Amino acid sequence: MAFTIVASCINCWACVPLCPNQAIQAEQPHFVIKAERCTECVGDFAAAQCASICPIEGAIIDDLGKALNPPGSLTGVLPERWALAQAEIAAR
Amino acid sequence: MDLPVNESSSRVAAGGGTGGCSARPGQIGGLTDAIRARIEDHPCYSEDAHHHFARMHVAVAPACNIQCHYCNRKYDCANESRPGVVSEVLTPDQAVCKTLAVATRIPQMSVLGIAGPGDPLANPERTFETFRQLAQKAPDIKLCVSTNGLMLPRHVEDLCRYHIDHVTITINCVDPDVGARIHPWIFWQNRRVRGRQAAAILVEQQQLGLEMLSARGILVKVNSVLIPGVNDAHLPEVSRIVKAKGAFLHNVMPLIARPEHGTFYGVMGQRSPQPAELQAVQDACSGDMNMMRHCRQCRADAVGLLGEDRGAEFTLDRIETMDIDYEAAMVVRREVRAEIAARLAAKRARGPTPAVSPAVSRANPQVVHFHPRATKPAAPAGRPVLMAVAARSGLVAGHFGHAREFLIYEGSAAGCRLIGHRRVEPYCAGAESCGEAESVLARTIELLVDCEVLLCARIGYEPWGQLAAAGIQPNGEHAMQAVEEAVMAVWQQMLAAGKLTVARTGARRA
Repeated sequence: MAFTIVASCINCWACVPLCPNQAIQAEQPHFVIKAERCTECVGDFAAAQCASICPIEGAIIDDLGKALNPPGSLTGVLPERWALAQAEIAAR
Repeated sequence: MDLPVNESSSRVAAGGGTGGCSARPGQIGGLTDAIRARIEDHPCYSEDAHHHFARMHVAVAPACNIQCHYCNRKYDCANESRPGVVSEVLTPDQAVCKTLAVATRIPQMSVLGIAGPGDPLANPERTFETFRQLAQKAPDIKLCVSTNGLMLPRHVEDLCRYHIDHVTITINCVDPDVGARIHPWIFWQNRRVRGRQAAAILVEQQQLGLEMLSARGILVKVNSVLIPGVNDAHLPEVSRIVKAKGAFLHNVMPLIARPEHGTFYGVMGQRSPQPAELQAVQDACSGDMNMMRHCRQCRADAVGLLGEDRGAEFTLDRIETMDIDYEAAMVVRREVRAEIAARLAAKRARGPTPAVSPAVSRANPQVVHFHPRATKPAAPAGRPVLMAVAARSGLVAGHFGHAREFLIYEGSAAGCRLIGHRRVEPYCAGAESCGEAESVLARTIELLVDCEVLLCARIGYEPWGQLAAAGIQPNGEHAMQAVEEAVMAVWQQMLAAGKLTVARTGARRA
């Protein structure tokens, strides 16, 4: 049972001091969660701390590979809308 | 309107943030001599200072604890200039090194701010470690911080401990219903809180923080992002409330939103305000308080005078090779500061540039009293005129083709005041872009279309003709003259020529 930080992490440090188990390390190219230390905050907090402050959708995933903050959940921009905007930018 | 004050007392009251040029009664506000002294070398707080003193931001604060719809941390771009964007995040030690290097190379750098790229108070250890070291190593640098305010009440004591004299709070609303349309979530007490509830907590903490800072005598500037259709009608109320709680300056900034920024507003097509809309909201707010008009919305790692960015000269690898003798630098810095202070004092002593000749000055009721209108009619009040100025150090000094920005001034019977600035691409950007010169010029004209005059030191034949054809009269006669004097001289000339009692002619429709 552990969460994983993936490549879209922007290394913003927000999660690091919040982790009750000091499981998050600042590394390159992006921060990592030491799986052996991560408890998913069970017993400490109602919600996983790293995922509760992370500003990047999809940057933290669970054991099953599911994003804790799925697309659209933080910015309010749904994927289809984002795709549309990108198509408009490309067409300029 | 005859004001019951004589010129010298209005000058003292106006002497600070808005400067002699913008000494309009509505903007004079409550700036005391004591406040003026505290901001006279702070480019972000004093319009006069921003022509001469430089500032820098160190990007030591990457973490943020709220989401704003005008920000997306994922799409920072090194080539852009807007808040929240940085090239490299620094450790406190690196930031201190960089600050000393910049202070040595740019002796007029008077202010060090921490403004992100996240929120400084969401990174308290990094932020206060930087301040702690700098307070010790560089006592001649003013320290300031810019925050969203969520964690402000918790850190007021820390701010006092490191003598942070200036704090900027970004307050976009005082109404949680408005806030919910700007800030989708905050991180609060170990969970992500969303919607109206989040906005209510944010508003409450911001207001509490503002009150606590005011009570301790710390100068507070409030920044608000103007978002058309969201908070434009609400901002005058924000202005009134923050002033009542002790903020001394309000800075209404235009929303920056483009799809490529990846922000909610950018992607969803929320538009940015037009210059005239921004000015209208600033004017609506200014009845209540001092308004800032010279903000350049700089990056969280900006270096140099407002409007310029010399960050590329001070990257970490370049700093490593620099020799820094801070003791020697402090001597130079003291001299430079004294020289600028003397220049500013001389300018203040000259007083605000009069709109009409002293004999008919409305600012001097005694003169009016002894020269009744029957025998000496007051000059007819002309309409206000916007002028774009290629300025440097407060002088009309720029070459049109090299200007990266124009300052927009309004000349009127009330005097001269700064309205804002417009960023442009330089017309003469070099051989590789010469083919684009025509379209660059067209875009510049589009941006300045509400201005009737363009003041610069020099301008080429081709742009002169096109500007004039668009109803923007180029004027190179006031090179190296103080901007306020030049603006008023041109306004007087237009008034005398009878151009200001009739509507503007020759203007091309935007």
